[in-house]
Amino acid sequence: MLEAVGVSKHFGGMRAVDDVSFRIERGQIVGLIGPNGAGKTTMFDLLAGAQRPSAGSILIDGVRVEREAAHRRLARGLGRTFQIPRPFAEMTVIENVLLAAPRQAGERLLWTWFRPGQVAREERENLDRARALLDFLNLSALAGEPARTLSGGQRKLLELARVLMAEPSAILLDEPTAGVNRTLRGEILARIAEINRRGVTILIVEHDMEVIARLCPRVIVMAQGRILREGAPAAIAADREVVEAYLGGAPA
Amino acid sequence: MIDLLGYAAFFLTTALTYAILCLGLNLQWGMTGLFNVGVAGFAAVGAYVSALLTTPEIAGRLGGFDLPIALGWIAGAAAAGLCALLVGAITLRLRADYLAITTFGIAVAIDLFALNAQSITGGPFGIGFIPRPFIAWAGRPLLFNGAHLLLTGGVALILFWALERAGRSPWGRVLRAIREDETAALALGKSARAYRLQAFALGGAVMGLAGAIQAHYIGFISPLNYVSALTFLVWTMLIVGGSGNNAGAVVGAVGVWGLWSASGYLLNTLLASQYQARGSSLQIVIIGVVLAVILVLRPRGLLGERRIVSRHLEETGAP
Ligand SMILES: Nc1ncnc2c1ncn2[C@@H]1O[C@H](COP(=O)(O)OP(=O)(O)OP(=O)(O)O)[C@@H](O)[C@H]1O
Ligand SMILES: [Mg+2]
Repeated sequence: MLEAVGVSKHFGGMRAVDDVSFRIERGQIVGLIGPNGAGKTTMFDLLAGAQRPSAGSILIDGVRVEREAAHRRLARGLGRTFQIPRPFAEMTVIENVLLAAPRQAGERLLWTWFRPGQVAREERENLDRARALLDFLNLSALAGEPARTLSGGQRKLLELARVLMAEPSAILLDEPTAGVNRTLRGEILARIAEINRRGVTILIVEHDMEVIARLCPRVIVMAQGRILREGAPAAIAADREVVEAYLGGAPA
Repeated sequence: MIDLLGYAAFFLTTALTYAILCLGLNLQWGMTGLFNVGVAGFAAVGAYVSALLTTPEIAGRLGGFDLPIALGWIAGAAAAGLCALLVGAITLRLRADYLAITTFGIAVAIDLFALNAQSITGGPFGIGFIPRPFIAWAGRPLLFNGAHLLLTGGVALILFWALERAGRSPWGRVLRAIREDETAALALGKSARAYRLQAFALGGAVMGLAGAIQAHYIGFISPLNYVSALTFLVWTMLIVGGSGNNAGAVVGAVGVWGLWSASGYLLNTLLASQYQARGSSLQIVIIGVVLAVILVLRPRGLLGERRIVSRHLEETGAP
């Protein structure tokens, strides 16, 4: 469902992503690992449309989308979280989540005037869903607070709540549990596995190899912008080149 | 007493036309973060278009189509909205500062056009004999101004309601999100460009309507009415009242217009006649000082922006 073909991204002479190709089938859950600066986040930006590739193409369900804006790609079912969370700081936490609901009637200017009943009904339904998400992510107590008051870990949780609210059919998760406490971390990873079991395709960046091994039957390793290896986590962990890449780069 | 009431109605009517301009700017800047420094230009488009359509035929000038006033209002608003749509379509894809530069340029160009295209706009002499509603009561100031107050107040109320409805709905929530972080809004599926364009065009149309209402209330327009001091005044009103808050826009407009009128009156009576011409610059200075004081003491304005965007949340007592 998601495919990269010869994708590159250059910043001046720096090749952040260099001729990367892979293919992820519908319903898969795949880990993307690699040392700091390997190009994982840049690759996410290219896939989701936050940046344009210098070369190569990106396909969602067989359609080339590398020139489409991010919101068009979400409409095709591809959602993402940001490694560094981007909450709408002055908006309340609950409205950060509500905003993400897809295809809202109340987002149409004319309908806010002429179909108030439908807008109100839908807003109530979305509110229930948003509350349930905040509940799950232990953010309920902060629902009415402006998002700027959240801690670093809470911002990561909000990031996750928003993308889940958007109900994409494929999600790119960039270190979704970095900075989150252990207990909740376990719950989130279980939730991600469950979402995947319900058919949502997932590509996840995560530095904890144990987590990846438990979650993903297949792992892609990036280093210095290129794909170094691809395969089952056990084989990857035993691979000499992969270990060297990690030791040579910054510690994971 | 009757005089005073008549004046109060006159004052409020004028203030409310500014309040409408301010509501338009609040939609663009307050809710969406679009930096429009060409408010005067959009008001001018509304005023001139409406004047051209509704004035009686006159030799040596285009227009004079003698159409009903209501039609002029609608056409004025539509023309200004279309103008904003065009400006927005060209500049909203560029970096934010380009919008400021472009709107400023457009406003200057419109003013120059009004000044020089004599066969269309009457040039420096402007357009007179613009039909005024309730003209039959012109001899009775209280009745005349009272009727205008009701009419302008009614229009302002409808606009306030409509903008409040739209602004405090999921639509307004998207505007706020785009204002805060476009990249994040895009990642959550909201087409920043489409929403910005809607807000900018609607805001422009509201400003055009205000311009048209003013023109028909005074009965006369000239390029002098649409200089950048008007833009400055409207911006001050919004900042003082509370950017992002429709009620703040109205309160700021009435308050600052009161201050503007009072300072104008005082300067008129206090200054010796040879200094009168400079009095109006002093007026701008006074308003500038008020703006500075508000920015220091209440940076969010008299009524700040509400934290909760959606009215549905407040109605259900959530969150
Ligand atoms: N806008 C940019 N301009 C210049 N260089 C950039 C830019 N964005 C990323 N880079 C560079 O590209 C490389 C890859 O960065 P990226 O953020 O994709 O790494 P990463 O694999 O996500 O690392 P981490 O695990 O630390 O998050 C880095 O060396 C970074 O400095
Ligand atoms: Mg990264």
